[in-house]
Amino acid sequence: MFKSVREQLGKRSDMIVLVNGVETPAWDGETVASVLLRVPGAGRRSPVSGTPRLPYCQMGVCFECLAIVDGIASTQGCLVPVRPGMRIESQRGPREISR
Amino acid sequence: MSYDVAIVGAGPAGMSAAIRLREFGASVVVIDEQPSPGGQIFRGIERNASSPVFPALGKDYQKGQALAAAFRVSGAEYLPSTQVWQIEDGWNLYLTAEGKAQRIAARAVLLANGAQERPVPFAGWTLPGVMTVGAAQILLKSGGMLPEGKVWIAGAGPLPLLYATQLLNLGGRIAGFLDTSTPPRLSALRRLPGAWRDFGGLLKGLRWLRGIKRSGIIVRGFSDLRAEGNEHLEHLTWEMEGKRHRVEADVLLVHEGVVPRIHETLALGCAHHWNDEQGYLAAKVDRWGESSRKSLFVAGDASGIGGWLAATISGEIAALGIAGRLGISSETDRLRKRAHLDRRRKRALALRPFLDAMYPPPRNRLPDDVIACRCEEVTAGAIRAAARNSPADPSAVKAATRCGMGPCQGRQCGYTVQALLAEVHGLPVSEVRFFHIRPPLKPVTLGEIASLEKADRAT
Ligand SMILES: Cc1cc2nc3c(=O)[nH]c(=O)nc-3n(C[C@H](O)[C@@H](O)[C@H](O)COP(=O)(O)OP(=O)(O)OC[C@H]3O[C@@H](n4cnc5c(N)ncnc54)[C@H](O)[C@@H]3O)c2cc1C
Ligand code: FES
Repeated sequence: MFKSVREQLGKRSDMIVLVNGVETPAWDGETVASVLLRVPGAGRRSPVSGTPRLPYCQMGVCFECLAIVDGIASTQGCLVPVRPGMRIESQRGPREISR
Repeated sequence: MSYDVAIVGAGPAGMSAAIRLREFGASVVVIDEQPSPGGQIFRGIERNASSPVFPALGKDYQKGQALAAAFRVSGAEYLPSTQVWQIEDGWNLYLTAEGKAQRIAARAVLLANGAQERPVPFAGWTLPGVMTVGAAQILLKSGGMLPEGKVWIAGAGPLPLLYATQLLNLGGRIAGFLDTSTPPRLSALRRLPGAWRDFGGLLKGLRWLRGIKRSGIIVRGFSDLRAEGNEHLEHLTWEMEGKRHRVEADVLLVHEGVVPRIHETLALGCAHHWNDEQGYLAAKVDRWGESSRKSLFVAGDASGIGGWLAATISGEIAALGIAGRLGISSETDRLRKRAHLDRRRKRALALRPFLDAMYPPPRNRLPDDVIACRCEEVTAGAIRAAARNSPADPSAVKAATRCGMGPCQGRQCGYTVQALLAEVHGLPVSEVRFFHIRPPLKPVTLGEIASLEKADRAT
């Protein structure tokens, strides 16, 4: 769905992250939510109907990017830049996570 | 930790306020949930200076470099990747970074938390492959990401034109642009003379439009846009001249303008005013940017959409206001005049009345089957049904449907619920209030609360 400009210029990725255990190339500056868009099936599912969802706003106001990042559940993926070796897991999350 | 001033947001408004306040010698902390300074417009400005996307992002973007550099050396303490989730009287701010919470204290608070894109529901907007234009631009500024396949843009306003231009500059392709703007109304044309003061800004818009026309098709005068597909976006359909049209699509980017972020000021009980032309709420502020609550200031797009240059100047004005309020400076009026802040702000806002009239929020009737609340999947029809059996109060709709109870706390559905209540009860939207917003402003985990208690015990 999205591709790095640098990949189009033939550059190698900057790092590898693990998405649901699968080694996935990633680029400096991008966020967890950006990676979720590239890996098929990595997004969350609506806790109400089970339909697939992907990050929508990329700026912290829709909560469609919730993921488990290095073991921390309900992380807003669009606010977290990738780091080498980062473990990203899809959240099949609870319906309500606040309060 | 305790500071003279806590600033929420390291965008143009927050950064320029911090720089000014440091000149007065105030102790300043700037908190931002992004990993680096810049806010929305200048996102990733430091890292991108050496990136191939830098030239394509345009001259306005590049202006952020000097501001971010001045902010870095200002001596303000900067807490990146940190969210503010509660602000208490007095003032105490509760923050979370990397799953750990902490509390800081400040004598004055400046909310420079900016804007978000206006949520505009339509059929299929929850389908993977559909996202906002702002989201795509953020992907470009952060990881240098370009959309692939058949990319459609639907919406109106300066941002889609700007983003499309940035994308085309980088060799990206747009299959088509579904323009939702209505032909300029008299109110817009009447404001054109004022807009000429920003002639460069107007020309820029026209140039962007020409670029898009060359690259793809522009569709106007359609209705009932639908994004369809199984598990992800596959095609778009719309109604035009009595016929249903259908195209293949991989990515659909939508945008209908931006609105202030109001959860912080609503939770603090600040007085707000309703901007009827643009259909949003914004905290009321005085000529120094002070809200209805003493020593709580609001600057930049958070107090009304004005764009990045006006945000920079309003940040400086608020800094002077805070210096006056805290007794740090007694010359704020003179300083305000000397820096020509009012004249500069007026010029920065010259194009705004024209843009506001040119791009009103969509006011077409929402079909019953469209999801209004993404988190709880509540449709417009369900909200209408609840509204018919309740007073014109969003709390009643929330209790009946769960709409607004999900993690986004009404950031995506608040205005839709307000509009549907107004529709059902035959009231002007301004007479229906927004959801009650209570802290925490972000979902807070038990682990975070525990870390807060531990830190409190240690001090
Ligand atoms: C997605 C998007 C893209 C845009 N792109 C452009 C553009 O390319 N060109 C243009 O001219 N205008 C753009 N705008 C308009 C934008 O609002 C500018 O006018 C400008 O960035 C406003 O500056 P500001 O300082 O008021 O707020 P912003 O620049 O929005 O800065 C606010 C900052 O506050 C932070 N923040 C908010 N709430 C919290 C919280 N609770 N805790 C911690 N931090 C918080 C945010 O992370 C953000 O960095 C865009 C707006 C949006 C929403
Ligand atoms: S993508 Fe919307 S909150 Fe992260």
